Amino acid sequence: MISLAGLRARARTFRQGIHPPEHKAPTAGLPIERAPFVDEYVLPLGQHIGAPSVAVVQPGDDVRRGDKLADPGGFVSVALHAPVAGRVTAIELRLHPSGRMVPSIVLRRDPWSSQQLAGEPTDPGTLDRDEALRLIQHGGLVGLGGAAFPSHVKLAVPEGKVVDEVVINGCECEPYLTCDHRVMVEEPAAVVRGTEILRLLLGGKRSWIGVELNKPDAIETLKTVAPSTVEVVGVEVKYPQGAEKMLLVALFGKEVPAGGLPLDLGILTNNVGTTAAIADLFDRGLPLVERVVTVTGAGVEYPRNLRVPIGTPVRTILEHCGLRPEADRVILGGPMMGAPQKSLDVPVLKGTSGLLCLPGAPEPTEFPCIRCARCVRACPMFLNPARLARLVRAERPDEAAEHHLMSCFECGSCSYVCPSGIPLVQWMRVGKQTLRAEAARAKAKAAAEAADAP
Amino acid sequence: MSAVVTAVGIMTGLGLFFASVLAVAYRFLRVEEDPRYETVMELLPGTNCGACGEPGCGAFANQLLADSVEPGDCTVSSAGDRAEIAEFLGVDVGGGDARVARLRCGGAEGLVGRLAAYKGRGSCRAAAVVDGGGRACPWGCLGLGDCEDACDFDAIVMGADGLPHVIPEACVACSDCSDVCPLDLFVVEPVEQRLFVQCASPLEGSDARALCAVACDACGRCALDGPGESVRMVGGLPVIDWQGPDEPTVEATFRCPTGAIVWLEGAQFVVPEEDWEFEGRRRA
Repeated sequence: MISLAGLRARARTFRQGIHPPEHKAPTAGLPIERAPFVDEYVLPLGQHIGAPSVAVVQPGDDVRRGDKLADPGGFVSVALHAPVAGRVTAIELRLHPSGRMVPSIVLRRDPWSSQQLAGEPTDPGTLDRDEALRLIQHGGLVGLGGAAFPSHVKLAVPEGKVVDEVVINGCECEPYLTCDHRVMVEEPAAVVRGTEILRLLLGGKRSWIGVELNKPDAIETLKTVAPSTVEVVGVEVKYPQGAEKMLLVALFGKEVPAGGLPLDLGILTNNVGTTAAIADLFDRGLPLVERVVTVTGAGVEYPRNLRVPIGTPVRTILEHCGLRPEADRVILGGPMMGAPQKSLDVPVLKGTSGLLCLPGAPEPTEFPCIRCARCVRACPMFLNPARLARLVRAERPDEAAEHHLMSCFECGSCSYVCPSGIPLVQWMRVGKQTLRAEAARAKAKAAAEAADAP
Repeated sequence: MSAVVTAVGIMTGLGLFFASVLAVAYRFLRVEEDPRYETVMELLPGTNCGACGEPGCGAFANQLLADSVEPGDCTVSSAGDRAEIAEFLGVDVGGGDARVARLRCGGAEGLVGRLAAYKGRGSCRAAAVVDGGGRACPWGCLGLGDCEDACDFDAIVMGADGLPHVIPEACVACSDCSDVCPLDLFVVEPVEQRLFVQCASPLEGSDARALCAVACDACGRCALDGPGESVRMVGGLPVIDWQGPDEPTVEATFRCPTGAIVWLEGAQFVVPEEDWEFEGRRRA
């Protein structure tokens, strides 16, 4: 039994939130295994938030593992690399986990290749900040926590802002998922090294690694390798503790202003998986071609933590883990924020943290709102989900925006606690989508008018 | 006794005072209103639908009186009402051609593949945020009827084939359906433009047909058969040019292998639901 002494007597946390069952036991103790190579890999050009990448290869090209397949398509965009050695067979529309069909590079693996991945290490001390950001952008790094936001954009601190603290997020509050947990236990040196690279790059004073207290082995391991500038802090087990805003409240008692970023508080946050990938990029010269994915749920025979090449079809991974006949739903990511899939012929993306395979559930029934306010008590952003959902349903998204709909980060706590089974978070997403579409329309209209004006 | 007299006196005094205020206000603060406004408003439908581009019928009536719009710009009122307004105001009826909403999808239930069962909230907009619903074609109609709810004129009825049926006689071309559709499948077109592409999938060949039996597979026959340059293939779909020198004709539909390009006489989906599958593949 690992001692919890040394951790704070009363765990740090945020207000509100929920306590869903963890379901982490099946995979928490399993070491990371390598997923077998498959024949065909599909790499959508838009795997991250921002502009899609631009392919630099043609069908018929032979590529080595780690070769660049696509360049960034803008500032908020990253490069894409070959997850295996092989031949580019096509660049065509393929099904993306978002449900749309998007341009993707299709790669056929060379069965005779040794699939070695090698690169030149770079000393971060010899690079100035722009060079380092460029290296990160062209290394294909995005946030591996799930949102897949390009890492270099996060690190591009605007003029006049200073980063004092670097916070590494190892909470992994989503039930079922254990990929970050295993990375912390098995690669603590890379996590700590990545943390230090980030801190030196941004000129920060201290680093913090926040880990939920249900991972005492990760906390202990990290503490043994962490230098004095890196503080490993246990935080209470509560959902959504892993949301960066919630973690900052837990660590510093500071709230990010509405519509703002942690940068406004002089803090940079990053996921542990991303941090380890940054260490790999600088110390070993390895671009992001694979990631750790937790395959779990009652729908698979052998739950596992797998190191999966980006672009591996979900079907092959589930078959490798023993897809059970009773499996009915497959979710990319965790059960709270993950995306349910209509087809298994979608690839694992850079942002895919888990493959959750669940047996069938009863038909959801929805009852009228009884004004119990459980959603209000659960919402970590202190919103009123019931009211927001009603406004969105009534097609009054502007009014919902006045009630801070855009502050919702879709954690799903409201839907989880609703005794009437109202899909509150789904309405939030509809409302946010409507507002974004309206903003885009207004912007296009303004641009058209500006173009018309002499 | 005197209390009653006082009370009556005070009330009468107050009444006379306020009456004189009203009389003065009527004399000096009155707003000159066009005497024709009332009549025009009575002839307008009063639905405030916004199809004319004005915020409501009152604003449209003012524009009519200012002669900056034509009675025919109101697509909701009947032809008789429009003629009456025109006669009353002494202007031409004017207005554009009658327009109607059309769905850029013919993927009825059974014709389009289904990959998964969507069990969540029965709303297209809600399904669109959950992996785009369960249908195989990511461009096609989700069939959950947000347009039916959005239509104020009962011009859209969800058919048993899972597609919204627009009733041309009831449709006033207000665009509410195209505003609410998360996949942007409705277009509002003049009724007289009868050639219409009933598909939004950019896929080509067997890729397109693998998802849906009535998808446009971009074979390009319509572009070859249509007179001149009236039909062109752009991004895997035919684009019909109504402004060009060549008038599009029904011939463009004759060799379509899937029935994705159609010649519309009346409603888009007039086929009885039980015959849908047969009729949909009529030209195969």
